[in-house]
Amino acid sequence: MPNFFNFECEFDRERGERPLVGRFVMKIGVLGMQGDIEEHLNMLEKLDVPAIRVKSSKHLNSIDGLIIPGGESTTMVKLLKKTGLFDELKQKIENGLPVYGTCAGMILLAKEIVSHPEQDSLKALDIAVNRNGYGRQVDSFEVDIPIPILGEKPFKAIFIRAPKITRVGNDVDVLAKYGETPVMVRKDNIFASSFHPEITNDTRIHELFLKVVENAARR
Amino acid sequence: MNEKGTWVVKEGFADMFKNGVIMDVTTPEQAKIAEEAGAVAVMALERVPADIRKAGGVARMADVGLIHKIMDAVSIPVMAKVRIGHIAEARILEALGVDFIDESEVLTPADDKYHINKHEFNVPFVCGARDLGEALRRISEGAAMIRTKGEAGTGNIVEAVKHMRTVMDAIRRLKFMADEELSAFAKEIRAPLELVRIVKERGRLPVVNFAAGGVATPADAALMMLLGADGVFVGSGIFKSSNPPKMANAIVQAVLHYDDPDELVRISEGIGQAMEGQEIATLSEKLQERGW
Repeated sequence: MPNFFNFECEFDRERGERPLVGRFVMKIGVLGMQGDIEEHLNMLEKLDVPAIRVKSSKHLNSIDGLIIPGGESTTMVKLLKKTGLFDELKQKIENGLPVYGTCAGMILLAKEIVSHPEQDSLKALDIAVNRNGYGRQVDSFEVDIPIPILGEKPFKAIFIRAPKITRVGNDVDVLAKYGETPVMVRKDNIFASSFHPEITNDTRIHELFLKVVENAARR
Repeated sequence: MNEKGTWVVKEGFADMFKNGVIMDVTTPEQAKIAEEAGAVAVMALERVPADIRKAGGVARMADVGLIHKIMDAVSIPVMAKVRIGHIAEARILEALGVDFIDESEVLTPADDKYHINKHEFNVPFVCGARDLGEALRRISEGAAMIRTKGEAGTGNIVEAVKHMRTVMDAIRRLKFMADEELSAFAKEIRAPLELVRIVKERGRLPVVNFAAGGVATPADAALMMLLGADGVFVGSGIFKSSNPPKMANAIVQAVLHYDDPDELVRISEGIGQAMEGQEIATLSEKLQERGW
């Protein structure tokens, strides 16, 4: 059964059923092909939100929002195609499934991968990215950046062989920049960041995403 | 201010390898095959461990030109090995821009007492371990990732299993240990008390823990995941098999589907011959005994 209340009750969102009473509790999926899946799951556990590793279409059909973790984007795309989840996921996102991609997750969501045009992606977000645009691991870094939507306190952004955004579409909002370069973007229910909040103790970005998921599920 | 080479940048990078396969390669062509099969990184070497074993003599850091060519050939991270304690080889690889350094018992040790002080580097290190104490000693020296030593180049999984079980058993024991016992336990396993406490709190190693040394089939990879590995290194297992692209592909998928026997059946079919294996008792030298 897809979702949870503060008491046991079954309903099927796929068939348009809605709970009549009780507090709505969402369920989040973390795309489970490869990468730091556990770190995102730990973050969600800290926020007291039921979360699962998504490896099959059954999992995909039971969630209200999806996080695509960091890892190797080439590996993730290959495994998405091998498991047959690629097209299904693409469709889900087109139909409005809220999704947040970190690092490799951002590459998967990007419309254009300028450094590797032959690499396929879900093309859900009109941005162009350059894989490893900030350099190799020896150039990886952490830096405090302002993210106005999260309030005044800066965010410790960790860039690891991170993708660099080289173009942002007209309908895409830039939520944060490092220098002149956008590093966190949003279009409707789709979020992406070049950096990795899941390996910090700062839960604010995950909380922001959860709010968006909750609003989308209530609609 | 932008800071490079911090602990979270190094340890966090290792997190990105989780649930993935890192493959030994000896040419740019092999590196491309590995990338194409879905490897999360490649380990650039002059010879795979099975051939290092056969060749004998002193095994050193790979030729810099070869590593450079492999870095140019693929977009995924490139690792390379240095001899235990060989600070200069490590500095050379760091300057070259290698993404991760394996201070490895597979090469001939350069220092018979000390490992490299890995805290002093911006590039992250992975080290082998046979038990919890060894793993924590390496982490206290700055290793951002641990792997089992196993017995490299044998195609025999038994040693990797032994090392993974030894580490996991110690962690399980530690989880239920009373606080007043920790200091004696730390002394017994020759590990810093601070790290012992962290392992008890988290119920796992404070860094990513991969399996290595003997993985030869998709089933071997799945076994190591079942025992709690975060991912798998495959050394000789791919390019000593009869059909490397198929074997590489299958092992990548086995790490994803390790707990699904039906998928493992599908993955294991028609992938050709695995590398030839060796009985541990017949070995004249065990590489795992190197490192202190």
